[in-house]
Amino acid sequence: MKKIFSRPKSLKRAVFHYCPGCGHSVVHRLICEVIDELGLQDKTIGVPPPGCSVFAYHYFDVDMAESAHGRGAAVATGIKRAYPEIIAFTYQGDGDLAGIGTAETIHAANRGENITSIFINNAVYGMTGGQMAPTTLKGMKTTTTPYGRDKILEGHPIKMSEILALVEGAVYIERVALSSPANVRKAKAAIKKAFQVQMDGLGFAMVEILSPCPTNWKMTSVQAWQWVDEEMAKEFPPGVIKDITAKKDAS
Amino acid sequence: MAKVLMDGNSAVGEAAIRAGCQCYFGYPITPQNELTEYMATHLSRRKGCTFIQAESEVAAINMVYGASLVGARAMTSSSSPGISLKQEGISYLAACELPAVIVNMSRGGPGLGSIVAAQSDYFQATRGGGHGDYRTIVLAPSSVQEIADLTHRAFDLSDKYKVPVMILGDGVLGQMKEPVEFKHEAPTELPIRSGALRGAKGRPSKIVKTFTSNPAELEEINWGLFRRYQLIKKEETTYETFLTEDAQLVVVAFGIAARIAKGAIRTLRTEGLKVGLMRPITLWPFPDEAIQELAKTVNYFLVFEMNMGQMLEDVQLALAGRGEVAFYGRPGGVIPIPSEVGRVIARLYYQKGLK
Repeated sequence: MKKIFSRPKSLKRAVFHYCPGCGHSVVHRLICEVIDELGLQDKTIGVPPPGCSVFAYHYFDVDMAESAHGRGAAVATGIKRAYPEIIAFTYQGDGDLAGIGTAETIHAANRGENITSIFINNAVYGMTGGQMAPTTLKGMKTTTTPYGRDKILEGHPIKMSEILALVEGAVYIERVALSSPANVRKAKAAIKKAFQVQMDGLGFAMVEILSPCPTNWKMTSVQAWQWVDEEMAKEFPPGVIKDITAKKDAS
Repeated sequence: MAKVLMDGNSAVGEAAIRAGCQCYFGYPITPQNELTEYMATHLSRRKGCTFIQAESEVAAINMVYGASLVGARAMTSSSSPGISLKQEGISYLAACELPAVIVNMSRGGPGLGSIVAAQSDYFQATRGGGHGDYRTIVLAPSSVQEIADLTHRAFDLSDKYKVPVMILGDGVLGQMKEPVEFKHEAPTELPIRSGALRGAKGRPSKIVKTFTSNPAELEEINWGLFRRYQLIKKEETTYETFLTEDAQLVVVAFGIAARIAKGAIRTLRTEGLKVGLMRPITLWPFPDEAIQELAKTVNYFLVFEMNMGQMLEDVQLALAGRGEVAFYGRPGGVIPIPSEVGRVIARLYYQKGLK
């Protein structure tokens, strides 16, 4: 019988600690599939963040180095500049990339650092128990916005992909949503392109992934995946936000 | 090679390049800008080397962390307020057992303080500085020549023990020009630390991490660090003594303050006062055994610092009641001249009936 589906080689044989319905395990698998397909398992360093995915290094069978909160893009910059032959990717949440690490992210992009950032946007701080994230939707209840996020008091959901699109060194920015099998396939294609951009030495690439957090959203898995499509995608429209890779290729 | 006239900041840069420093990440702050500028001019165009003016001190230290992960010799520098910002990264470097050299050309504080030399970062430098139970080796030069020598030593120590090493200078040392001789040529090939993360080629994948949900595991990590710190203390403690053989009173001072005290002591010696100097070169590990040894023949110690008494506590801990300890300090960036320090030493000398 022909084998048509198996565990990616670069995904360790370990049981995910993530909650049922969480997007992290799906994205981990997608990244591992991409690493396998591009033949990068022995030439990649991944930089996971603090937060739920701090344990990403238990799942990725590539070299992994933990980063301080928000500093992934700076750490990856150091890795890549000191060892340009390596493929460096960061794996960051919304508090990490869009909150405490905005400066590191924007400036790494602006320098056109040849790194890949995978940005998980689930609109909450997950591991700490569901506090407001920079990307929390207006009106959304979290443990620190118990009356719903009020734009007057707490500001607006920040749109990092659109911000980064304005930064000249960023060459490829796409937002995808984990909300259906078809969209998961789109997410994989975007991740693959973001790694390919780095392999081609074109500059900074980021994929923002709208990702369900059923536990902190207090929903069932199915509800959470629907909520990504029905609510999150309205505030954060999926699609290619910026792609100047063709121009870069030619130049 | 022949001696050249150079400021302390530039001397750090030149010595670092000759020590095989591959990456420098910095952020402008006075009084250490000459170092960042030196690296921009002299490191950035070297084959395989990287210079980045980072967006912040926080980013700079985390770039150092990244470069160190893959085995490169990496350095950052700043002055007091910027060193505070780097503490997060230094704690992670210590936890991950990653080498790095951090230069603090310290200035007056607290807060934004001033841009002139001070020694008020002694506590921060010698007590770890960031969160958690760790130490960094702290080297305190007192001349431009010693800056060059200790910069080279800093990289070697950092690689040998896999700990971050801090060079604690100050605004005077960074700015002043002196003749300096560099004793090493730059390596033809950049050193890459063995065992670094270089991709899982021909070996299983590796993890560099600090987080664990198991307190017993973290306790083991801390025990491991502690044992290494004990070894460092045994092997690497360094100090200078000056005219202490027959001294009845010994001044304990480090860095530029020791230089000032030395001038005062020379003058007092011509007047017949038996005074000497103990200058810790490693502030951590602190030379407490050497001070205890001195206390066998010396009853009176005067700690002189350009702060309000930080190393003083280490001297008191070392002496544990043996001998009398007095203190003279000038905080806030005021730089005393040798005659002022000399008057303090002489007053104490006569008060104690020494002669």
